[in-house]
Amino acid sequence: MTTLSPAGTDSPSVFSPTPETMGALLARTDRPRRPSALAASAAFCWRAMLKIKHVPEQMFDVTVFPIIITLMFTYLFGGALAGSAREYLQYLLPGITVTSVLLITMYTGMGVNADVAKGVFDRFRTLPIWRPAALVGALLGDVLRYLLAATVITLVGVALGYRPAGGFVGVVAAIGLIIAFAFAFSWIWIMFGLLLRSEKSVMGISMPVLFPLTFLSNVFVDPKTMPGWLQAFVEVNPITHLVTAARGLMAGNGDITEITWVLGSCAVLLVVFGTLSMRLYNRK
Amino acid sequence: MAGTSTAPAIEASGLIKLFGKNRAVDGLDLRVPAGTVYGVLGPNGAGKTTTVRMLATLTRPNGGQATVFGQDVVREADAVRSRVSLTGQYASVDEDLTGQENLVLLARLLGHRKSAARARADELLEAFGLTEAAGRQVKNYSGGMRRRLDIGASILNTPDLLFLDEPTTGLDPRSRNQVWDIVRTIVAHGTTVLLTTQYLDEADRLADRIAVIDHGRVIAEGTPGELKSSVGAGTVHLRLRDPDQRAKARHVLTSMLGAAVHPESDPTTLVARITVAGDDAATEQAARVLGELAVAGITVDNFSVGQPSLDEVFLALTDRTTGTQEVAA
Repeated sequence: MTTLSPAGTDSPSVFSPTPETMGALLARTDRPRRPSALAASAAFCWRAMLKIKHVPEQMFDVTVFPIIITLMFTYLFGGALAGSAREYLQYLLPGITVTSVLLITMYTGMGVNADVAKGVFDRFRTLPIWRPAALVGALLGDVLRYLLAATVITLVGVALGYRPAGGFVGVVAAIGLIIAFAFAFSWIWIMFGLLLRSEKSVMGISMPVLFPLTFLSNVFVDPKTMPGWLQAFVEVNPITHLVTAARGLMAGNGDITEITWVLGSCAVLLVVFGTLSMRLYNRK
Repeated sequence: MAGTSTAPAIEASGLIKLFGKNRAVDGLDLRVPAGTVYGVLGPNGAGKTTTVRMLATLTRPNGGQATVFGQDVVREADAVRSRVSLTGQYASVDEDLTGQENLVLLARLLGHRKSAARARADELLEAFGLTEAAGRQVKNYSGGMRRRLDIGASILNTPDLLFLDEPTTGLDPRSRNQVWDIVRTIVAHGTTVLLTTQYLDEADRLADRIAVIDHGRVIAEGTPGELKSSVGAGTVHLRLRDPDQRAKARHVLTSMLGAAVHPESDPTTLVARITVAGDDAATEQAARVLGELAVAGITVDNFSVGQPSLDEVFLALTDRTTGTQEVAA
């Protein structure tokens, strides 16, 4: 507690509550109708935006980090795998977008972990609003961050010579699918964020999940050269399906089977981890 | 507004909350009449915050039941939430946002439209003397400002029941007085207030009734006056001219009043508890003490009879239970 606050932070004699002004506030008994699920989530999304406004540094992880990853893998593997970086980029870009966005989803769990520990969550949880609104709203704020990361990577890719045959529409559709999957996938980290005791443990558990999931897929290379057991894993990995679907959309020949596969896994993730998260949230 | 129903603001019976093997709340009963300020008094770890959290629908009890204005805090949690507000022990406002953003956010979550939320926030900031600080992040507020914002956030919609969990802990005396004034104004408009505190002074000044809790149970309940008289009628404070006479004076007091005589650190003073109940009997007993001292040739410079402070009540009550586990009240 600050006992010696400098003059100006709370100048004495400025405030004395007057019963009249407070009385006018208290006398009001008009209560608006409770907000809809959407309005409540939107208010929490606005809170997430305000936090970005107050701490803009937190945007590094959705701008600088994806750029570094894209440049790094394009030039590291490009020559060896596809003859040139520019050539490799045509294969890599959809996958590296998926990888970057999914790696960033981990921050959602860390954010939730830090946030629910704060006293303000006690107040949120005593409000008569749609229960998942606080979590959904925070995630919607993060979805905007995912969108920024995906956009940044695509622009970097185009600058380096990526030319998607699907054109603007194809790229937008692919990014839309990636974001939809990231929204559902984030509930895994929200659950861990509510379950584990510290931000560090959320990070600790996310790395051993995220790295194999993103690397043991068709993001970087064609799985044909992999040993059979690994190919089997890659084939059932939902990330592989997401990358295949995104590649198809960006190339202008979206595969409806792959897209359905992705939307199906979104639904499963949402139902399983969304439900688990809400149970944990209500018990906190 | 409160008073539309005849149900008490809070009625809890046999509330239990376990944290592992620790029985944080252990069969707690509480009845808070609507329109009053009810003080829940107890030391750290007595179960005050856990009790508030159960009543405010934040934590589910492991046993027992509680209703708020007749509605069950577990089965009808949503209905309870629409009638209560909570100002938690740790600032229940967002430190990263400005004061104004906090209030606008909460107003929107209560269903106010954007412009109405803004107007409501500005009115509150004005009424709580925070207009100048409206655009600053709450983390840069002083303790008193933070508390005011926190209470302001709790009356965005005038609640029927307001929980204040240790509202003045850590505040300087001036900020404490401000909070007390605010609480009185809120109560005057019909809101029931449940206040937890470690400060007997605070409970004494604000509360109509007080429950003293320790080890998760109510060990005494009543008006501040009733609690004081339950411990004895009061105390005699003596200051002697000659410190050498203290032992003799103590002997006189002990023989008249029993064992409850404490020498203070000042070598000339003595404090003794009056053992008879009732104001008249107490005055009479004090007068006889004074006469007896004069007979013994002891010169008394200062002699006063006072009601026991709630501190004395509290220590007497908690001592009693820590030793023997017996439960009064």
